Amino acid sequence: MEINRPTTLSEALEARAREPGASLLAGGTDLMVEVNFGHRRPDHVIALRRIDELAEVDGNRIGAGVTWARLEKSDHRALAQLARTVGSPQIRAAGTIGGNIGTSSPAGDGLPWLAAVDAEIEVASKDRGVRKLLWSDFFTGVKRNALAPDEVIVAAVIPESIPQNQEFAKIGQRSAMVISTVSACVVRDDDGTVRVALGSVAPTPVRARRAEALIAENPAPTESVLAEFARTVSEEVSPITDHRSTESYRRHASGVLARRLLERCLAK
Amino acid sequence: MTTSPTTRTRIRGGVGESPQRPDAIPKVTGNFAYASDLHADGMLWAATLRSPYARARITKLDTAPALTVGGVVAVITQQDVPGRRGFGMHVPDQPVLADGECNYWGEPIAVVAASDLETAKRGVAAIVIEYEVLEPLTDMEEADAADSQTRRMKVRRGDSEATGAVVVEGYYEVGQQDQAPLGNEAGLAIPDGEGGVDLYAVSQWVHSDHWQIYPCLDLEPEQVRCHPVGMGGAFGSREDVSMHIHLCMLALRTGRPVKMSFDRAESFVAHVHRHPARMWYRHEADTDGKLVKVQARLILDGGAYESSSNAVIGNAGYFAVGPYLCDNVFVDAVAVKTNNPPAGAMRGFGGVQTAFGHEAQMDRLADELGIDRLEMRRRNALGHGDPMSSSGQIIEGSLPTAQLIDELATMPLPEPLASDDPRHLPGGTGLTTERGQVRRGVGYGVTIKNLAFSEGFDDYSDARIAISSVGVEVYTAAAEVGQGMVTIIQQLVRDVLQMEQVAVVWSDTSVIGSAGSTSASRQTQMTGGATYQCAVELRQQILDEFAGDDLSTEGVWRDGDLIATLAEVCSGGMCEHEIRYRHPETFPTDENSQGNAHPAFAAAAHRAVVDVDPELGLVRVVQLDTVQDVGKILNPVAAVGQIEGGTLQGVGMAVLEELVVDKGVIKNPNFTDYLLPTFLDAPHVEVRFVEEPERWGPLGAKGIGEPPTISAGPAVAAAIRDATGRDLHRVPILPQHIAGV
Amino acid sequence: MIVNFNVNGESRVANVAGSESLLQVLREELGLPGSKNACEQGECGSCSVVLDGAVVTSCLVMAADCEGSEIATVEGIGSERELHAVQQALVDHGAVQCGFCTPGFVVTAAHLFEENPHPGTDEIKEALSGNICRCTGYGAILRSLEALAEETT
Repeated sequence: MEINRPTTLSEALEARAREPGASLLAGGTDLMVEVNFGHRRPDHVIALRRIDELAEVDGNRIGAGVTWARLEKSDHRALAQLARTVGSPQIRAAGTIGGNIGTSSPAGDGLPWLAAVDAEIEVASKDRGVRKLLWSDFFTGVKRNALAPDEVIVAAVIPESIPQNQEFAKIGQRSAMVISTVSACVVRDDDGTVRVALGSVAPTPVRARRAEALIAENPAPTESVLAEFARTVSEEVSPITDHRSTESYRRHASGVLARRLLERCLAK
Repeated sequence: MTTSPTTRTRIRGGVGESPQRPDAIPKVTGNFAYASDLHADGMLWAATLRSPYARARITKLDTAPALTVGGVVAVITQQDVPGRRGFGMHVPDQPVLADGECNYWGEPIAVVAASDLETAKRGVAAIVIEYEVLEPLTDMEEADAADSQTRRMKVRRGDSEATGAVVVEGYYEVGQQDQAPLGNEAGLAIPDGEGGVDLYAVSQWVHSDHWQIYPCLDLEPEQVRCHPVGMGGAFGSREDVSMHIHLCMLALRTGRPVKMSFDRAESFVAHVHRHPARMWYRHEADTDGKLVKVQARLILDGGAYESSSNAVIGNAGYFAVGPYLCDNVFVDAVAVKTNNPPAGAMRGFGGVQTAFGHEAQMDRLADELGIDRLEMRRRNALGHGDPMSSSGQIIEGSLPTAQLIDELATMPLPEPLASDDPRHLPGGTGLTTERGQVRRGVGYGVTIKNLAFSEGFDDYSDARIAISSVGVEVYTAAAEVGQGMVTIIQQLVRDVLQMEQVAVVWSDTSVIGSAGSTSASRQTQMTGGATYQCAVELRQQILDEFAGDDLSTEGVWRDGDLIATLAEVCSGGMCEHEIRYRHPETFPTDENSQGNAHPAFAAAAHRAVVDVDPELGLVRVVQLDTVQDVGKILNPVAAVGQIEGGTLQGVGMAVLEELVVDKGVIKNPNFTDYLLPTFLDAPHVEVRFVEEPERWGPLGAKGIGEPPTISAGPAVAAAIRDATGRDLHRVPILPQHIAGV
Repeated sequence: MIVNFNVNGESRVANVAGSESLLQVLREELGLPGSKNACEQGECGSCSVVLDGAVVTSCLVMAADCEGSEIATVEGIGSERELHAVQQALVDHGAVQCGFCTPGFVVTAAHLFEENPHPGTDEIKEALSGNICRCTGYGAILRSLEALAEETT
């Protein structure tokens, strides 16, 4: 195995161009599980944790190398909320938001927030420079994304207009160190429109667009609208049954969580 | 005659204190050697080829390609087993390696020894094997219908025509729990150069391993020596042989030390699990709430091989009613054989499963009759002098069930939920739930467990004590798995001999006889009893020899004078003593399971308080208060530790832990998806003891390992039912069950 | 490949074969078996070490990525003759049973107390929520660390 330990982004892109498809190693919290279980045996690794430019937070631009431990103190309310639910303190100390984006697991804790705030994923390569992809163009399936073999994830970029009235919640079967069975994020704008995103209920994070439209029409929702909102969210997700939960529970919980988060936003 | 000193040293660390464990400092500094830390010069590593199918015939097995991998030294299959081809705790029904067919997912087929673990794994991958895949038998009721079983047990006691004023019927299911000790299985076998072998491998009972291993190796008993090793927990998972015979075969084949150390995924398939169960109950009671008749049908899935299914289904049958009086009891219990992962011993074996059934039934009866749920149990409490509801055995020892219930009723309930900190709410930092969405529930679990081995088994523990001028050495083969046996032995021996320096010498199978298994809550009573009794007899021998009236660190005393120093005493050669300690005799029961099967019993009682978010089905176990029947407390801190730990394993079983097995395949053999309770899942546990001495064992102490695990889970399940009003009949209770979707 | 790093204040050189974990190198190469291997998924905390100032699970650290790193393991926290306050507290309160999780608890708790000498009960629980103990039910561990947190220095 060969390893590159670049200290600048351009060195990393250089290495990635030389070895397209080399495994990118950030916090290691996903990659090393696969290595330890013999599912992956990388021939070439590019280790990213020495690159200071990836570890910067600049307002609405969050470097891919920023750890969850740092994001627990983020000014973005829902991002801080979700960061606290990622793995364990040890995982949060090592794992990064870029790693979460790169792994593209349906259960990735950061993904519903990225979807709810309409984040762009900034990627870069030596030959083609910087690309910015809207989250929905980046996440393409279960653990699949639009990152090219010579690219590196650089940052998540949040639109300046995103309001701070945002709430996140995650259901896991135990109280800590748990993979989500359903997670949700709701962002409410001053004009009453909302963005509703869910995780672990489809191959990629999803937005509940019909439910959003319902609230756009009813910015001060009544009890019956709220009930319909929850129902609509449940209809819009496409979960599966697996060893962590069931389709019907995930559908049910998606609606319940989204409604609770909306109510929290409305209460402010 | 020696005349000084004239005052005896007051010793520390005797019975009733909580002295520091001798292994505590090595453990906190990382210096304690566990089996996985063992090393020998020139050692090889071994890895195992395991069946990828729950049931298959092996149509081709060619190990030669593995031997062409550089660094691979040896490969063994069933063809290489020199002696008896099978092993097993009760019957040797499990082949050492798959014998032409695979009967469960993960069954070992071949083992490769190589210069390092990676190479051994490459050797495994190089083995050429082909299978004819067969349809596995994985449904326990289908297995029962097909008469695929290890033991069928029926209890017939009293009048089958008896009827009560109220009747409740229920069906209950218990999922498959895993012991999941933190330390995975590991071992090292070292050939002695003379055809024999020394084995250092995880074990709850080295002599049982020994008895199973040497016939397979076709060696004389003394040529195989099984040594106790440091273990990261057990809870039943180290009672069965796993890697042991493979290691010995490879060490003998290669002439070199061979080590194995399982990772978590392999550990999950390589040790036996708790039996999953399906249970049908019908309880009848009179209008005062007295049980009139209990009928039950119990099926426990033992998986592919017998292991300890025989004892597990026995316990399920004998304790199907719980710690309650009932004159008319009819139970049909069966342990079936399937192609599921083998099940065996786990903390509380047999009793854990039925406890979920009988405790749910007691609540339903109480509700039907309008009687308080705890009072319902109080009215039926089984105690000293009563006949066991199943076997009719008169309880000759202590069984203060009623006192436990009375004490539990006096314990204060926690304050109502007043916090908005998410760590105090269901869903935790996931921020799912607000205080207004929470409903509180309270539930009870009162249970019973037999202590030590039953049904006529020749259950004993051998112990030897040697006194020298530098201190006392206690020789035992009892397995210290973390429970604190080592401290209990020291305390008991200190107390008797009045000598503070007591070292426990963990001894291999060639040095001392069996101490029996560290299971069935038996070591405090059995090896504690053996070492205590041995010390008492040794003390008496010394006093007799010197016509003294007291013994201490200084030596032998008479009328307040020191008449012989310890050095003088020890020069005489009588300072060593060995005994075999047995509990009161038990007997196999008759065809209706009537008779005196058990040497002792312990009751346990828990009250669970839970907060539930019913809409999302999320649970926070707030508090679990417990009263335990301990006989006599030898070490309060250790006792509380056992009870708190056992309690949390019960919580895990009630709401978190389950091996998800689909067509014989374990879907979650890892810690990401087999969910053990974390610090934030652990409730506050308030522990109280009832001390009513047992008729045997050291100073009346009882085993305390299993009872708390048995009563905690049903209490949690009951509390969730109480909070939600839902008729939850299966554990673990998952969010979708509570939410009803 | 050769990797140079600092473990418990000493410069060490490891010969790393491939993508193996720091845990494996500590245990099998460097003779530091105090960090325990129990899950290899970062889900139990038994292998916790301090890596460049943060507590991480060493099973999820690629050893090859440790060039130039500062690592502290349980072996560097205290010695049998001079226990760290956290170690002493665990010993004093009977918080050790099988002990397999203990090194991870020691490393994680020692780091917690370094950052916050007086953590509250909920902070202790949350900070240690990545460390699984199967024996104790956490009760004695909590009591020991609560007592330590109350000690004023």
